[in-house]
This record gives sequence, structure tokens and C-alpha cells, in this order.
Amino acid sequence: MKQKIDKTLVKHIAQLAQIPISVQEEKTLADNFSETLRVVDELQQVNTEGVELTHQVTGLKNITREDEINEKNMFTQQQALANASRAHNGFFVVERVIDVE
Amino acid sequence: MLNKLTLKQTIDQLDNKKITLEDIWADVLNAIKNQNDKLNVYLALNKNFKPQLNKPLKGLPIAVKDNFCTKGLITTASSLLLKDFMPQFESTVTQKLKDAGGEIVGKTNMDAWAHGSSTETSQYGRTLNPRNLEHLPGGSSGGSAAAVAADMCIASLGSETAGSVRQPAAWCGVVGLKPTYGRTSRYGVVAMASSTDSPGPITKTVEDAAILLNHISGPDPLNATSTKKESPDFTQSLDKSIKNLKIGIIYHNLPGLEKIWELFEPQLEVFKKLGAQVELANAMDPKHAIGVYTVVQRSEVSSNLARFDDVRYQYGRDTFGNEAKKRIMLGTHTLSKGYADQYYNLAQQVRTLLIKDYEKLFKKYDVLISLTSPGFAKKIGASEGEAMFGELEDKLVEVSSLSGMPGISIPCYRDEKTNLYLGMNIMAPMWREDLVIQMADAFEKNTHWNSWRNND
Repeated sequence: MKQKIDKTLVKHIAQLAQIPISVQEEKTLADNFSETLRVVDELQQVNTEGVELTHQVTGLKNITREDEINEKNMFTQQQALANASRAHNGFFVVERVIDVE
Repeated sequence: MLNKLTLKQTIDQLDNKKITLEDIWADVLNAIKNQNDKLNVYLALNKNFKPQLNKPLKGLPIAVKDNFCTKGLITTASSLLLKDFMPQFESTVTQKLKDAGGEIVGKTNMDAWAHGSSTETSQYGRTLNPRNLEHLPGGSSGGSAAAVAADMCIASLGSETAGSVRQPAAWCGVVGLKPTYGRTSRYGVVAMASSTDSPGPITKTVEDAAILLNHISGPDPLNATSTKKESPDFTQSLDKSIKNLKIGIIYHNLPGLEKIWELFEPQLEVFKKLGAQVELANAMDPKHAIGVYTVVQRSEVSSNLARFDDVRYQYGRDTFGNEAKKRIMLGTHTLSKGYADQYYNLAQQVRTLLIKDYEKLFKKYDVLISLTSPGFAKKIGASEGEAMFGELEDKLVEVSSLSGMPGISIPCYRDEKTNLYLGMNIMAPMWREDLVIQMADAFEKNTHWNSWRNND
């Protein structure tokens, strides 16, 4: 299945990815993505019937640790906020994301 | 000129009290002062060091790629979003380096977020190749490779997702070792593609790479995908006979590589002279690795970079450069509902086939060897406007990255006119860095391509 990447789709992806893009970029990104996906589409020539997916290569499974507090590996509130652009009374300040137009 | 010594030489000569640590640092800092404005290797410097002569790395100046979180030293991953990011914790690998007595002399330039193979996507300007200033150092660990090539450190650390240690090492004429995935911890490394990211040493000699790997590898409770096994002593693989080892040469008949192959093929003779069995072998077409890697990496990038915004950091997502924007967005697309089957799942299936192909070859051969990169270092500006520059430059190493297998790039040819190098990529099965080091060390010591064993 070949898929066309047009400006509308690029705008949609940008919204999903929370990446602000200009009107100009909509066109250049659409062309760029189409070029990249042309190479990716060649994978469809490979016979993958019945082939398992490889998500990881370590073979490790269900790696857990004891449910204990590791104080050596904890941030203080001050450390956690050290790189924030805005903090107030020891909390992160974020934009409102509910009930907005 | 103590900055020109290898890690092994500095350790030995400090032990014998022939030289002092202060003099080594003075020469390294001097080399940085004289060259950094021109080469743009370091983004941050640390001139304070503690002599630690009782520890294995003595307090020697080691360069570290700027995607390792270093407490008290700004870590940008060459991005504007992290321009003022001061890590509040230390990456496991740099902590291990410090525990062994290594001192970070500076943080090296890279492709922004490690997205690229040229350093041209860095938001702080490109690094130049010290071997030839009209050319690129490769990437993404281009700054670390250039720091080594220009003797602006004694050794360095990089990280590889697919080619990011080996390709810049090849282009700068130095040694780059990508360990088995999980051998070195990813904790505290600004993530690119979590299923392949592997920190590794970039050094002057194979011996130096073995020494550094000894100190930075091993289990890490803070990284669930790290190995549960302790590392062997990798220096035990040096100075060993390679007699009767079986070598499969792959990617020897790719269209477009004919001219480079003519330069590369004669270099394989030395393995025969040393008693190894050398055969041409056939691997699956690496063009499929390009497709798989592109999808897997962009998908993982979109997920990993979702956490970066101006809530926890000082600058917002509008500061992402073109390459990061492209990768995040395409990865968002390949993972989104309705497209994941077509792209992501298909790529993970072909990944399985590529791994099985290598596993089959490793039933017959101890190591596989290819060129590291399809050519010499490209000229400045080469990556601009290319949709898939990195993927194409890294196609010969991508399968070993996608499969987690270890590999090393060592200098195996120098062009006299341009002073540029070709890299030889030696790969082995999972957890067999010992074979990779053994073979690379034998090549290095029986040829004259390594400039630290040759000129100095």
C-alpha cells in the first residue's frame, strides 16, 4: 500500500507530535517524508509471512527491582525543578490543557 | 606533546614516573586552546582535575559526548532545547569512568540529539575533521572522534545507535568500539533509539578501547536492559594469535562501492598472513537495513523526545531543529493508528530476518568484516538537504546495531592526497567483544595504518 503524504497529513502529524511548523514547512516536510517512505516501502518486497517481530535483542524478561525507596537515586523538590522554565511554590507551572478552545 | 600519547602509554609512563599528570593536562589543554576555535570540538570544558594516581585511569583527561548527563557540567546533546540544562544526576557510564579515575576534560559536539552522521545537525555549528578541514568528521559522535584525532584528549566516549561511534571513528582515522547492546548502561544518556543505543569508547588504539571498555561496562540496576553479566577483562584479548579463526567478508559486491572495494580488499591479506581463514560471504542486501532502521529509529525517537518541553526544561519544542522535527514527526506517523502495521510492525519483522541472516553467518564464521562507511569523509555541507544522509552512510553497520551485536572500526587505509582514512568494521556475535578486539588488535599491530603506532 503506497501512501501519499500531503500537507493536510503533515499538519495532523505536527499536531500529534506537538511540533509547531510553518506553512512553508508543511510542503517541504511532505516532500521529505514521501522521499523517506519510498525507501521504507521497499520493505514490502520482503516475504515476512509468519516472521516474529523483534522489539528487543537482550532476551531479558520482566526485570523488576524490590519495591523499596532508593534515597540515593531521588531528587529533592529543588533538584527536580532546577531546569524548569517556570516554577511556583515548589511546583512546575504548566499551560492549561483542559477546557481550552 | 604528551597529548599525543595513547591511554596505555600515559598510564604506563605515569606508573614509571617518567611524566606527570600536570604536564599531560597542560599539553591537552594547550591543544584544545590552539584548535578548538577552528575545529569546534568542545561545547563545554572542565580544566579542574584531581590526580588519582592510585586509580586505573589516574585522573587523565577524557572527552565525553554531550549526550551523557554530567552533574555540574551543562549537557545539551547539541540542541537548543537543552542549551542551559544542568543535569542533577550523573550517567552510569560517566560515573564509572570517574570511579576508575577518569576526569572529564570537556563535552563534545555531536549531531543534535544524535540525529545524524555528520555533526551538521548540531545547533552549535558543525565540527571539522582534523585530518582534513574541508571534510566532515562524521557523526553523531563526531566531536569525540575529532577530539581523539586532534589529540585534544587522551581518549573519549561516544554513543552509537547505528554507526554513531564507528562511522566518525572511520572518517577521523581513529578507533571506535560499539559494545553489545546492554554491555554499557544507557542510564543518563539522552535517549535516541532505546532498543539500540550503546555507549562506547572512541580511542587512539584498540588497546585503549579495551582498557576503557573494561571500566565503563557491566550490570546497572538503574537500566533494566543492561546485562546481568559481569564483563571479562577485555585486555586479555590483546596480542593473541588469530590463527585458524574464520573471517567472513560481507558487502563486497555492492553497486557503487567498486572503487572503495579496490582499496579495501588488499588490506584483508594481512589476516591470511596471520593464519586466519578469509572468505567472501553473502549477507542480505543492506538496503533493507536502511528501511528497518529508519522506521525503528524514528518511531523510538518520537516516543523518547515526547518528554522534552519547556515544563521541565527551559526552552520549548519550537526550538527543535529541522532534523529532530523530521524524525519526531515521521516516527509519530509510523506509530500512529492505522499505519503501525504497515510501517513499524513490518520493520520489526524484517529486523528479525536481518538478525537471523547474521546468526546464520556466525555459525560459519567467528567474525564478519566489512567497510565501516561506503567511502571517505564527505565534504562540508554534504548532509544538507539530504532526507536520509545518516541512514545511507551507516548502511554497512546498521544490521549489527539493530541486532545488538558488537563491532569496532579501525583505520585500514589512508589516502595520501587528502589525508583521509577508511575504516574497517569487524563484527562478532552477541557478547563477543573479545573476538572483535582480538581481530582488530592483530590487524592494527601488523599494519601501519594507525597513526599513533606509525608516526609518533
